[in-house]
Amino acid sequence: MQLTINGQIKDLAVQDNMLLIEVIRDQLQLTGTHNGCDTTQCGCCTVLMDQVAVKSCTILARQAEGSSIQTIEGLAGSQLHPVQEAFSQEHGLQCGYCTPGMIMSTVYLLQRYPNPTDDQIKEGLAGNICRCTGYVNIIKAVQSAAKKIQEAKV
Amino acid sequence: MNTFQFHSTKNIQLAKDIFSANENAKFLSGGMTLLPSMKHGLIQPNHLIDLSKIPELQVLEESNEFLIIGAATKHDTVATHPLVESAIPSLAYLASQIGDPQVRMRGTIGGSLANNDPAADYPAAALALKAQIVTDRRVIAADEFFTGFYSTALEEGEVISQIKLSKPIKSAYVKFKQAASGYALAGVFIALYANQEVRVAVTGVASGVFRWEEAEQAFLGSQSKPDLQRDDVISDLHAPSAYRINIAQVLFKKAAQQIKNNS
Repeated sequence: MQLTINGQIKDLAVQDNMLLIEVIRDQLQLTGTHNGCDTTQCGCCTVLMDQVAVKSCTILARQAEGSSIQTIEGLAGSQLHPVQEAFSQEHGLQCGYCTPGMIMSTVYLLQRYPNPTDDQIKEGLAGNICRCTGYVNIIKAVQSAAKKIQEAKV
Repeated sequence: MNTFQFHSTKNIQLAKDIFSANENAKFLSGGMTLLPSMKHGLIQPNHLIDLSKIPELQVLEESNEFLIIGAATKHDTVATHPLVESAIPSLAYLASQIGDPQVRMRGTIGGSLANNDPAADYPAAALALKAQIVTDRRVIAADEFFTGFYSTALEEGEVISQIKLSKPIKSAYVKFKQAASGYALAGVFIALYANQEVRVAVTGVASGVFRWEEAEQAFLGSQSKPDLQRDDVISDLHAPSAYRINIAQVLFKKAAQQIKNNS
């Protein structure tokens, strides 16, 4: 089957019972997408599928056939993506395990709400769990990222 | 997960043909319940038939009387679509409270109704809003559709295509979330129609969604704490039955207040 991954078209041989995250991590070796809970709760496996945030542990690879997937590896160009930069500067992470998912959800959140309120940020990240409970800095990082993206547009 | 064969088609008849031609086949919509159940080995189908790419299951339109939603419409679409927002705002709100953002991008209204989880949100809306569940072979009224714990009137191989909801004059949904799962510990949906017709549906409280007649009478009268007596009220580690009943009474009061404030 065919999948576009971080802008590159790939022809993949997948078994029907393989999950999207298995294809991303094991076949494509893009191990930035993390498998946290494997039960659709923690959000560590969040990727963008046709530009919306989804949990790749609860999608069969075959359901994603023909779609365009963006993972954490696809964000940065020669420089970090503004959301990555903001998480780094605001220390929006502790152990870092949830970070790729947090960042992908934030990228989607800021597409939808370029100037999010605190409630929109909390609601937008409700599907991502940080077991270090570093939420205060995560929210700061999202606010900072929103500002960076706005400024870059001017 | 067990091994199985995956089928995808854009044609509903073809999906049904694949279903009848194969032993132990299951239809797959958003997969937000089916795939976790398969991971746990609770369900082990030999064939999965993906319904999510069938165009006729994606409609979203309204007539004078109804809001018509295709079965494969995602929660996020119901939560944000201007047509839902204008026709039945409480339904848009309900959809916005399901799961989390990523789950709402995948889960579908038809999948939720067919699954009939006793704590799911959509069954309350369907029952209160006099839904007509349109399938590949007939139309089932919500009053007959929900038949108890994870069960519905759907026959083997029957596919929901559309859900027709009667547009109310006013309606409200109030939910108390189970903190970890986001499912309703209790949820109360009130819909008000012409000629003082009131329907109150409750989810999360009993073995399946039900109409709460005492609350319907209370809404029209002046009583604010209707009685709730059933022999199938859920009692589990999250909440004993008396607590669930009390929460339902509080939610009814809040939902009724929302409707009355809105006049």
